[in-house]
Amino acid sequence: MAVVTAAARVLGSSRGLGQDGLLLLRRLGVRGLAISHPQRQQQHFSSLDDKPQFPGASAEFIDKLEFIQPNVISGIPIYRVMDRQGQIINPSEDPNLPQEKVLKFYKSMTLLNTMDRILYESQRQGRISFYMTNYGEEGTHVGSAAALDNTDLVFGQYREAGVLMYRDYPLELFMAQCYGNVSDLGKGRQMPVHYGCKERHFVTISSPLATQIPQGEDALPGPAVGAAYAAKRANANRVVICYFGEGAASEGDAHAGFNFAATLECPIIFFCRNNGYAISTPTSEQYRGDGIAARGPGYGIMSIRVDGNDVFAVYNATKEARRRAVAENQPFLIEAMTYRIGHHSTSDDSSAYRSVDEVNYWDKQDHPISRLRHYLQSRGWWDDEQEKDWRKQSRKKVMEAFEQAERKPKPNFSLLFSDVYQEMPAQLRKQQESLARHLQTYGEHYPLDHFEK
Amino acid sequence: MSPPRGSLESDGRFEETSLDASSFTPLFILVTVREAINQGMDEELERDEKVFLLGEEVAQYDGAYKVSRGLWKKYGDKRIIDTPISEMGFAGIAVGAAMAGLRPICEFMTFNFSMQAIDQVINSAAKTYYMSGGLQPVPIVFRGPNGASAGVAAQHSQCFAAWYGHCPGLKVVSPWNSEDAKGLIKSAIRDNNPVVVLENELMYGVPFEFSSEAQSKDFLVPIGKAKIERQGTHITVVSHSRPVGHCLEAATVLSKEGIECEVINMRTIRPMDIETIEASVVKTNHLVTVEGGWPQFGVGAEICARIMEGPAFNFLDAPAVRVTGADVPMPYAKILEDNSVPQVKDIIFAIKKTLNI
Repeated sequence: MAVVTAAARVLGSSRGLGQDGLLLLRRLGVRGLAISHPQRQQQHFSSLDDKPQFPGASAEFIDKLEFIQPNVISGIPIYRVMDRQGQIINPSEDPNLPQEKVLKFYKSMTLLNTMDRILYESQRQGRISFYMTNYGEEGTHVGSAAALDNTDLVFGQYREAGVLMYRDYPLELFMAQCYGNVSDLGKGRQMPVHYGCKERHFVTISSPLATQIPQGEDALPGPAVGAAYAAKRANANRVVICYFGEGAASEGDAHAGFNFAATLECPIIFFCRNNGYAISTPTSEQYRGDGIAARGPGYGIMSIRVDGNDVFAVYNATKEARRRAVAENQPFLIEAMTYRIGHHSTSDDSSAYRSVDEVNYWDKQDHPISRLRHYLQSRGWWDDEQEKDWRKQSRKKVMEAFEQAERKPKPNFSLLFSDVYQEMPAQLRKQQESLARHLQTYGEHYPLDHFEK
Repeated sequence: MSPPRGSLESDGRFEETSLDASSFTPLFILVTVREAINQGMDEELERDEKVFLLGEEVAQYDGAYKVSRGLWKKYGDKRIIDTPISEMGFAGIAVGAAMAGLRPICEFMTFNFSMQAIDQVINSAAKTYYMSGGLQPVPIVFRGPNGASAGVAAQHSQCFAAWYGHCPGLKVVSPWNSEDAKGLIKSAIRDNNPVVVLENELMYGVPFEFSSEAQSKDFLVPIGKAKIERQGTHITVVSHSRPVGHCLEAATVLSKEGIECEVINMRTIRPMDIETIEASVVKTNHLVTVEGGWPQFGVGAEICARIMEGPAFNFLDAPAVRVTGADVPMPYAKILEDNSVPQVKDIIFAIKKTLNI
């Protein structure tokens, strides 16, 4: 254990991790834990030694029978920079970002919040079919997005709109996707909130959970790792970030994704938003271990747990993870603890499974937006007057985009048939032409003016 | 390895040429299906550095069925990758790599194991181009042995032609002989859509003639085009993969009785070349489909439905008949297994029944 701690002192001295990094490693208390990637300890085979020669693990023998106790009472500590009132706790951890940047954090989070309120309402009024809000998790989006390069590839699950917001995805396009109107880059093919933007390196949201992890919503871990592998091969100074919730981490895809990222040595950041609920399933029913961060070392992955409602903590951890992932070609796991203040989606009423008091606590006492506002105000960079003005301004911006989006027509009906393959197959072309002919004759019976010509 | 080299004389004799290495170009050589796939992958790996192969045992072990023999030695760790045992995992990774601009070949040790990754194949690969509004292509190839083998029982013998052929967004090919195998794997790798290549383990070791055309590095078999393996006038027999060989055997037997079968090798399941089948049925007025897969909702069912919907229906003199695998999970006992897949006698029986002989 002393060897591990000593090594940690050397490794953990990098920016922002300091004492907490050491605590992390000491806390694990697991015997024989491999120190760090990339040097897998390969022992020299020697039959004269009484040391273990097994290829599968690098460890010492022990003659006492003792099971390793999973530590859930006092789990991996949570890294934070600000307290709940937005005051910096340890000045050496303050990233000391310029005013302009911190204001961008604040405005991205609040603009997202405003847009969420309006689009949620619009679903309630039957204007769009579905919506998912990001209430309470804005800090996880903006803190991490700000720490990345603009060209880093993002694989999201479905509650990461703030990442797009921070990358200046225009309100017009958020609305276009939700309304499925003619400006939607996805040509109206997806449910609302399934955003995608090639220009901003944000892979289109996909519904099956965790499938993004191997790739990069439900099936994303795998593809994310695959994309990271491609980035490594291209020797690009590029990282892939894969977001997922604590519930999606239960999917088999997550296991495969973590394992592959480690064995293939990919520059990827696994970012888990642990917000307490997977629709109605609380974390106490989702897992019995110490959350998601504790799983990382099991795969040989550098891991950390942060206060997701502290935008600077999220920023610091992501920045350092990115730097090392690219420099050392290894995956990182960040578990951002937060709370889902809103319902799972417009199809959910969370009062069925949690108390209003619980929700209110997080809304009033520990909200990423309020904490950052207090920080801004204590630096003299924001005041009540500006707050009032900005609220009016952001609401106006959202309402304008909203009204415009409503007025726009839907995409042309012939787009029903395209993009199944790169080249349109003959039988789809026949059907497309058949529809066109039908509408030429009977068009007056259809609401054609709702669609683009 | 020295395959017989020579030329086919006009009287049908095979005149073997003395192995004088100087100026002779063989008219044809014998190549097994395994070698053909290996050649195809080798040529495409050389042609485009974005192409790479991943799967279980594909590297140092040369492939579970030795299809990737020699490739790891030639191209190394970066192009031929052994993966942990998680189809869900490595199929997902392959899809992600394809999304990021590489051109992966994802090998399933058999397509039975692809069921563990089917969400990645369908939801992540097949549908993504459409769902992203044409923004995100997935140029990936999934390949591996499909269908019945010998003595491997139910969980290792299923045919997936109908399952994958069902899904828009995927292309599905099913080679029979060596030229099919080489030409289709090359076309699949060059295709920008996700392509499923259904090989057959029992065919891997079977040698076929390779024309000089097929020996070229740019030899491609177009996806979506069937091939008429044998011209005939009395009945159209349509098949894919290993059963094509059985159909040709049946045709040879029936020819002695004066029945000339037109045997069509589909080569592609999706997009299906229904035009070739229709033109043939218009000529012969009779149709029998032959497949190794189960009867319900299968390839033969789709062919029959499309024939009914098209111009060829009016030319049928008898209902079309499907010859398929037995509608049971594949049994293990040899006598049961033999009788669970279409045999030459079953094909002959179906043809004679259709012709009312």
